[in-house]
Amino acid sequence: MKKIQILGTGCQKCKKLAENADAAAKQLGIEYTLEKVTDIKEIMKFAVMTTPALVVDGNVKVTGKVPTVEEIQNFIK
Amino acid sequence: MTITENNKYRCQTAPNYNTAAPLSKKHPLKWLVYLILILAAWGLLYTNLSVIANWLTYSILNMNHTSRLSAAVKFFIFEVPKVLMLLVLVVFGIGIIRSFFTPERTRKILSGKSESVGNVLAALLGTVTPFCSCSAIPLFVGFVTAGIPLGVTFSFLVSAPMINEIALVLLFGLFGWKIAAIYMSTGLLIAIISGWVIGRLHMEKHIEPWVFSSQMSQNTSADPTNWNQRIRYGFDAVRDIVGKVWLYVVLGIGVGAGIHGYVPQDFLASFMGKGIWWSVPVAVLLGVPMYSNAAGIIPIVQALLGKGAALGTVLAFMMSVIGLSLPEAIILRKVLKLKLIFTFFGIVAVGIIIIGYLFNAIM
Repeated sequence: MKKIQILGTGCQKCKKLAENADAAAKQLGIEYTLEKVTDIKEIMKFAVMTTPALVVDGNVKVTGKVPTVEEIQNFIK
Repeated sequence: MTITENNKYRCQTAPNYNTAAPLSKKHPLKWLVYLILILAAWGLLYTNLSVIANWLTYSILNMNHTSRLSAAVKFFIFEVPKVLMLLVLVVFGIGIIRSFFTPERTRKILSGKSESVGNVLAALLGTVTPFCSCSAIPLFVGFVTAGIPLGVTFSFLVSAPMINEIALVLLFGLFGWKIAAIYMSTGLLIAIISGWVIGRLHMEKHIEPWVFSSQMSQNTSADPTNWNQRIRYGFDAVRDIVGKVWLYVVLGIGVGAGIHGYVPQDFLASFMGKGIWWSVPVAVLLGVPMYSNAAGIIPIVQALLGKGAALGTVLAFMMSVIGLSLPEAIILRKVLKLKLIFTFFGIVAVGIIIIGYLFNAIM
């Protein structure tokens, strides 16, 4: 079970990242949960300096950009 | 959240090549050849735009040389491709420059600098570090927890949104390099001085306490390591930024073209002219809520200038639209107490008003 979290206060890029992550996980056919972390204090607990950010199982994988579906697949495999 | 939605076209994010997929497998030299070819085609087209616009307006559309409509149409046909072409080129160039300045690196440069040097550096770095209003808070917290003084952080926060490539391209394309340079240098001055003043006021207690208990952020993004990655970052920036602002630019130039053709000369002199003392502060006040249309506002402002509005007033209006934004204030409320937000906006607004009066007086 992979735990995918999207950090971002709700701008366009955060939504796009969530969509891409969802698509990536679906294509891999793995079991996963997807959570959007929108509260800024919660986001800061991950110690990132730019949003959106992708977190897999508690580890920050990408910050400040929207990776492609293929790129995300490499992180959640 | 609609507030951040408004900001979306200004959002450019930092590169992260830690994990990026391998670049194009093409030979690097091939990239360079493509780049040179594209630049050559760009130059050829750009230098002949005026001729093409004339030809389209008067020969193809067969318009009367003296009619108001033809003046508006020609303005539109000429300015839209001109500004969009400049935008693509500059966004690409800035994109490559920005690949050298990730927020993490900027923070590293700024930490440990003395305050005055820090203010100047922060304002300068603000122009090249990727910045997006949605990232304003993580950035703010990241700076403050790294021990960067509050005033230095503010110099960055003023300069980053106010001096951006979109504003500079539009100013250069529509007003010429002198006004673009004036805008940039006075913008830097405001960022440096207002940050310095905020530093002197010692307002650290007006930062929300949770900020200080935050963990200092780690360096999660690695800098791009080779030119392939930088070029890719440049292309990404073009797709991102131009893809989002082109519509605003076209709409802005459309309205500007209308003003150009139909508003009588000197019409605006009566209330935006030099002699009207209240026009500068009113322009600044009007500009604060008009944040989201920065890309569209400059073409309109250019047309206003042609109709008798004073340069200082126009400059103040532009800076206020671009640099002081209500949505950003609302976002910053999460880390700053109201008193500090008002101080921040007040100082920057006063700076902009002074610049406005100064230019009305000397130009």
